[in-house]
Amino acid sequence: MKILVPVKRVVDYNVRVRVKADGSGLDTANVKMSMNPFDEIATEEAIRLKEKGVASEIVAISIGEAKAQETLRTAMAMGADRSVHVLTDAATDTELQPLAVAKLLQAVIERESPDVVLMGKQAIDDDSNQTGQMLAALLGWPQATFASRVEAVDGELHVTREVDAGLETIAVKLPAVVTVDLRLNEPRYASLPNIMKAKKKPIDQLDPAALGVDTAPRLTYLKVEEPPKREAGVRVEDVPALIEKLKSEAGVI
Amino acid sequence: MAEVLVLAEHDNASLAKSTLHAVAAAAALGQVTVLVAGAGAGAVAQAAAAVDGVAKVVHVDDEAYANPVAEDVSALVVAMADGYDGFVAASSTFGKNVMPRVAALLDVAQISDIVEVVSPDTFKRFIYAGNALATVKTTDAKRVLTVRTTAFAAAAATGGSAEVETLQAVAPTDLARFLGREVTESERPDLTSARIVVSGGRGMGSGENFAILEALADQLGAAVGASRAAVDAGFVPNDYQVGQTGKIVAPELYIAVGISGAIQHLAGMKDSKVIVAINKDEEAPIFQVADYGLVGDLFQIVPQLTEAVKQTRAA
Repeated sequence: MKILVPVKRVVDYNVRVRVKADGSGLDTANVKMSMNPFDEIATEEAIRLKEKGVASEIVAISIGEAKAQETLRTAMAMGADRSVHVLTDAATDTELQPLAVAKLLQAVIERESPDVVLMGKQAIDDDSNQTGQMLAALLGWPQATFASRVEAVDGELHVTREVDAGLETIAVKLPAVVTVDLRLNEPRYASLPNIMKAKKKPIDQLDPAALGVDTAPRLTYLKVEEPPKREAGVRVEDVPALIEKLKSEAGVI
Repeated sequence: MAEVLVLAEHDNASLAKSTLHAVAAAAALGQVTVLVAGAGAGAVAQAAAAVDGVAKVVHVDDEAYANPVAEDVSALVVAMADGYDGFVAASSTFGKNVMPRVAALLDVAQISDIVEVVSPDTFKRFIYAGNALATVKTTDAKRVLTVRTTAFAAAAATGGSAEVETLQAVAPTDLARFLGREVTESERPDLTSARIVVSGGRGMGSGENFAILEALADQLGAAVGASRAAVDAGFVPNDYQVGQTGKIVAPELYIAVGISGAIQHLAGMKDSKVIVAINKDEEAPIFQVADYGLVGDLFQIVPQLTEAVKQTRAA
C-alpha cells in the first residue's frame, strides 16, 4: 500500500498572529512556522502503518513557497520516504484555497497513484476543514474524515470517526482519502540521526502550471480584522462572592 | 428570490437542533427548502415542515440513508442542485463531512463555519482559531456554506406549515458503508453543546484530581474539559481538549480551573458567555479574559464551590 501524506506549513500553534492594521490580512513575517499539527498526526499514522507492514511507501507532499521544503524535511525525518513539492508564491492561508489545493493534489495523485491519502482534517490557519473531502469528491474516491482509528481489513479500511455524538465506524474501499483527528495517535519527535538522513531523501519539485490546474482564488478576502476584544472582568474574594455574581449578575446558575 | 437548500441533520426520529440554526442563517439568503434524507424519517420531515421560515421540505426515504455516508448524501444534493442557488448545513461533524464534497462536485468554493451573512455573496468567518475575523466574498454563482450554530439564533421549531414533497433516492455510490456507532454514554452533556463547561489544566496536578472537577460538573450539569497542557501531561484523554487543536466551545458558563490561559486554549473558549477563572497565579493570562477571577488554591476552592452550588440548588 502506497500512502500520500499532504503536509502544510502553517504559523506555529503557539504563536499569536497579529492582524495587519490596514485590514489586508495577517502579519506572518518572521513568526515561527511549523507543520500543521493535524498533518503531523497523519504523517505519524502513515509511519505506523508502514511499521506494521501494511504500507510500503510514504510520499509527503506540500504546496507552497520554497520554505515548504522545511516541512517536507520534517515529514521525512519522522519517516516519510520521499517528497513532492508544488512550488507556488500564493499565500497558502488566503490565496491558495481548498478547492485549488484539492485540484493540485488530484493532479499529483494521478501521477503517483497512491492507495491512501492520509491528511489532517484541517489546517490551523484558515481552519476550513475542506480539502480532504474535496479531494475525495474530485477523485470519485470514498472519504473517511475525522479518524481516531484506522485499520486495514480485507482490502478495505475500517475507520473510526470522531463525530459529535461519539464515535462512528465506516468501511471505505480503496483507494480512499482519510482525514485525521487528534485522538488518532501522538506524533513522534524526529531523532537527530533521522533528521540527518532526511536531508538526503529526494524532493521532487513541480510547477502548478505544469499540472494544468487553475488555482485562481474563488473567494476574495475583503477584510481581516481583530475579533471583538474580551475585556477582563473583576476579581472576587471568595466562593460566596463568586456564587453571588454568577447568580444575580450573570444569571448563569 | 434565491432558493436555498438546507441539509437536515437527524437520527431518523427527530430533527437536530443544529438544523434550526442552519435554517435561520439560510433564511438570510433566500427561500428555504429543507432536505430530509433518511429511512423511516417521516416524523423528521414533519418536524422540518413546522419550522418557522421553511417554505418546502423534500423528503427522500430510502434504506441507503438510514445511516448515510457522505458519498451518498452529496450525490443526492448534487442531483438536486439545479434548482438551488445556496446549500447550507450546520457546521457539525455531519455538515463538515458532506458540504465540501458537495462544493467540489459543483466546482465551487465552500465557506466554512460562517458567523454572519453580510450579503448573499459575502460572509464573515473566523480564521486562525478565532484570532482574526475575515470577511470573504465568493465569486461563484452557487454558495455552499456551513454555519457556526452558536452565531445564529435558532429558527422557531413551530409556526411553519411547509408542504412536504417526496423524491426518489439516487443510486448508491457503493464506495463506503456504515459499520456501527458508539454513542458516548455519559451522564454529562457533550462538551461542544453543554450549557456549562468545567475545564482543568496543568494545575490539576494529576488525572485523579479531576475527580473534584467532575463532582463540580455533576452539581452544575456541566461537561468536563481540559487544556492541552493537561492532555499532554497525560491527566485526561485527548477528547477532553478545549483549544485550537481540540474542541471549540461557547457555553453560557466556562469555568477554567488551574489553566494558565495559553493562546491555544483561549482560542477554544473565548466566545463563552461568562468565563470564570480559578488559579493560584494572579498573573495568569486567563484572568485577562475572565469575567470573574478567583485567585487561590483550587484544591480548596473547587470543593467549596461544589458545596455552594449544591446548597444553591437545594434552596
